[in-house]
Amino acid sequence: MNARPPFFRRPGIVLALRYAAAVALTVGFLFPVYWLFIISFKTPEEIFAFPPVWYPKSVQFANYAVLFKDGDAVTVWNSLVLAGVSTVIAMVLGTICAYSLVRFKTGGENLAVWIISQRMMPPIAIAFPVFLLYVFFGWVDSYHGLIILYTAFSLPYVIWMMRGYIEDLPLELEESALVDGLTRWEVLWKVVFPMVRSGLFATAVFTFVFAWNDFLFALVLTRTEVITYTVQVTHYFGGQSNFWAKIAAMSVLGTIPVFFTVAVLQRYLVRGISMGAVKG
Amino acid sequence: MADLKITNLHKHYSGVQAVRGIDLEVASGEFTVLVGPSGCGKSTLLRTIAGLETPDGGTIEIGGRVVNYVRPRDRDIAMVFQNYALYPYMNVFENIAFGLRARKTPQAEIETRVRRAADMLGITPLLERLPRQLSGGQRQRVAIGRAIVRNARLFLFDEPLSNLDAQLRDEMRSEIKRLHQELGTTMIYVTHDQIEAMTLADRIVLLRDGKIEQAGTPLDLYERPATRFVAGFLGSPQMNFVPAQLAQSGGGWAVKVGSDVSLPLPARQGDGLSDGRAIVLGLRPQYVTRANGSHRPGHERLGVTVELVQPTGSRAYITFPLGGVPIVAELESHDVQRPGERIDLDLDMNRAVLIDPESNRVI
Repeated sequence: MNARPPFFRRPGIVLALRYAAAVALTVGFLFPVYWLFIISFKTPEEIFAFPPVWYPKSVQFANYAVLFKDGDAVTVWNSLVLAGVSTVIAMVLGTICAYSLVRFKTGGENLAVWIISQRMMPPIAIAFPVFLLYVFFGWVDSYHGLIILYTAFSLPYVIWMMRGYIEDLPLELEESALVDGLTRWEVLWKVVFPMVRSGLFATAVFTFVFAWNDFLFALVLTRTEVITYTVQVTHYFGGQSNFWAKIAAMSVLGTIPVFFTVAVLQRYLVRGISMGAVKG
Repeated sequence: MADLKITNLHKHYSGVQAVRGIDLEVASGEFTVLVGPSGCGKSTLLRTIAGLETPDGGTIEIGGRVVNYVRPRDRDIAMVFQNYALYPYMNVFENIAFGLRARKTPQAEIETRVRRAADMLGITPLLERLPRQLSGGQRQRVAIGRAIVRNARLFLFDEPLSNLDAQLRDEMRSEIKRLHQELGTTMIYVTHDQIEAMTLADRIVLLRDGKIEQAGTPLDLYERPATRFVAGFLGSPQMNFVPAQLAQSGGGWAVKVGSDVSLPLPARQGDGLSDGRAIVLGLRPQYVTRANGSHRPGHERLGVTVELVQPTGSRAYITFPLGGVPIVAELESHDVQRPGERIDLDLDMNRAVLIDPESNRVI
C-alpha cells in the first residue's frame, strides 16, 4: 500500500497554498492603488465615512471635472512634455554615446565609470547651484530648463545601460553592414537600434519614470508656467485641511500615462531587463 | 590586371605588430587562400583589405585604385564572416537583399538578383524564414548569398566554415569551389585549416608572424616548401623531421641518421652541401610505404620496428623510431597488423626535404 504524503506536501495543497500566497501578495500591492482610484470617485462624506466605504454608491466624476475646470489638469500635460521630450533626447544622445564608448573605446575604460558615477550624486546636493544658474540664464519656470536638467540627469543611466546592451551585439553584424554599403550612422539606425530594441524600450521606460516622478527639481525650478503634476498635488495639502478627493484624482491622472506606457511596452520591458540580467 | 595589389603593408595594435611588410598581388579571377596558424595576421590582413582596419603603412590597391582611406562600402568588395552575421530580425530574402537595398537598387532588380543567388545556393525554399529557423549550413549559404548578390569585384571570406561540423564543412567547401568556378570572380579566403587551403586555392599565401612565409600553388608549397614551417604546416599527418648529417657516399651524398642508418640522396646540385653538415631530414608520411620486392631509383629500404598503429579505415598511421624521434608513416591498412611487428619500409628520397637547422630554410 502506498503511503500518502504528508498533508502539506500533497500536490493539490501545495498548489492551493501557492495561489493563496500569490493572491495575498497581489492584494497587498494592489490595494493602495485601488484605494487611491476609488477615493477619486467618492464624495467627501464617503471619503471620511467610518466604517470605510469599500466602493462608492455612485461614481462621481466631479473630482476630475474640477481639476479640468480649474486648469490643474494641465500639469499632467506639463509632466508629459518634460518627461517625454527629455526621455527621447536622453535616449538618442545616450545611445550614441554608449555606441562610441563601446565601438571606438572613447575615453578608455575610465570614462564609462566616471559617467555612471555622476548618477550617484544626491540631486539635493546640486539643487541650489542649479537654481542659481537657472536664475542667471533665465531658465526658471521654462520647459527647456527642466528638459535640459532631466536629460542631463538621465544621460549617465542611459549611457550605462545602453553600453551593456551594445557590448552584447556581435561586431560582425555591424562590419557586414559597413561592407554591404551602410555608413556608420546608418549602421546605428538600421542595425544597432533594431538589435537593442528591447533594451532601448526598457531603459526609456525607466528614464521616463524618473523624470515623471521628479518632485525636487520641479518644485525648485518652476513657479506657475510649467508646474508638474507632482508639485500640483502638494498644493492640495492645506494648513487646515487636505483635499483628499483632488489629491486622489490628480494622482490617478498622474498614474495613467505611466501605467499605459508600461502596459504597451511590457513585452520589451521584460525582455530588456532580463537581457541585462543575463549579462550580469 | 591585378584586382588587388598590396605593397609593404603594416598594421599593429597597441604594441603588437600584426602585419609586417606584406607584398601581395591577386590576379583577376584568382582564388587566393591566406592560411596560417592563429595570430599570424591573416584575419588582420583581410580586414585591412576590407577597410575594417586602417593600415599603419603601405598601400592597398583594388582595381588599380589606392583604397587605404576609402570606406568599406566604397571599395567594391563583399565579405562573408565566420559567424554568418545575419540580421536576426530580417528573413532570408531581406538578409540577402540588405546590401542591394543599402545601395538603393530598384525593387525589381533586387527580386531577380536575390532569387538568382538563392537558386545557385539551393536556398529558395528558405527565403521567408528567419535566420534562427535555419541550420548552421543554411545560415552560411545565406551569408554567401548576401555576398554574391552584390556582384562585387572582390569577395572576402573570413574563416567561413569554422563554425560548421566536419561533414558540413566538406559540403560547403565544394559549394564554394563550385561557386568560384561558376562566377569566376576574385576571391580571397582566410582559413587556418590547411585542407581547406589546399582544396580551394589557386594560390596559397602562407603567413607567419605577420609576414608571408611562402606563396604559390598548393602543390608548389606542398612539394617544394621553402622553410621547415611551410613543410610542417601543410600536409596531414605532418611531415616528419629527423635530425641528421650529410655525408659523402660513393660520389654522391647521403643522409646519416644516428650511427647506423645511411640514406643515399638522389643526384642533387652540390650547392651548400658539405660533408658532416648537420641537417634536418623532412619526409612526408605519404612517401614512406611498405617495401615490396622492386627497387626504384631514389627509393631506400629501411627495416623498422612498429611502435604504434592507428588505423583510419583505408589507411593506417604507424609510428616507429628513427634517429631518436618518432616517425609517422601512412600505409595501407593491411600492411601492418600490430605494434612490435618488424617490417621493411620504402623511403622515397626523391621527395625528401633537407632543412638547415639554424635558418630553418630548405636547402
